[in-house]
Amino acid sequence: MTVQPRSIGSNIILTNIETVPGKAITQQLGLVQGSSVRAKHLGRDIAAGLKNIVGGELKGYTELLQEARQEATNRMVQEAQQRGANAIVNVRFATSSLTQGAAELFAYGTAVRVE
Amino acid sequence: MDGLIILAVLLGIGYFFGTRVEKQHFRSLQQREQAIQGLMLSTAGAKVLLPQAHQAQLFVGSVVVSSDFFKTFIAGIMNLLGGRITVYESLLERGRREALLRMEESAQAWGADQVVNIRIQAAELSGNSGKGVVALEVMAYGTGVR
Repeated sequence: MTVQPRSIGSNIILTNIETVPGKAITQQLGLVQGSSVRAKHLGRDIAAGLKNIVGGELKGYTELLQEARQEATNRMVQEAQQRGANAIVNVRFATSSLTQGAAELFAYGTAVRVE
Repeated sequence: MDGLIILAVLLGIGYFFGTRVEKQHFRSLQQREQAIQGLMLSTAGAKVLLPQAHQAQLFVGSVVVSSDFFKTFIAGIMNLLGGRITVYESLLERGRREALLRMEESAQAWGADQVVNIRIQAAELSGNSGKGVVALEVMAYGTGVR
């Protein structure tokens, strides 16, 4: 999966290094973050329980977490846009499972202006 | 008695299909890894200058892998004895390689020459109850440059 900041109509650049290659940072705009807590619905839980007998990839969960991560990223990008940023550097992701049914996906980074 | 039969059947199904799925997965991982050899990967990058790079983008690859019934059962026994839990080692290896590959493939599709500052992390999905689904999410992310 590619994190697609363009899906919400922006051209913000995301990197997880401290600079944006080919550009210079002109202004630091501080920490931005986004999070999303998702639970799996029962049908998927049952399917996953059955899949757990034979093993392998749980595609339903993979997709669910990707969607949740996308949403967390979108929220982070929105916050950065409100501050007038056009790039986010040093992006980090974190996942924590709250209970058996839900997981929190969290993305954070530093909003900057580049030229 | 009935319980034992069900257990034996589940173990048999888990062993048979689990081993098959694992072999197939390892084969496909090997093929895809060979196809992607041109891409340079690095865990450094935060403080390395990249004068040749003009564009950068973040790439993420993730996968949820689950254990099969046989593995879960054997791991329960191995856990009592301690030491290496070999059945989970191969599971984690599969997850990690798959997540990395997905990231690399999307970076290559975008036209990246190299991926820098790669980070890999894993999170357990089933909580700490020790019951229910044994599933693990592995994600890899890094900055692709071209």
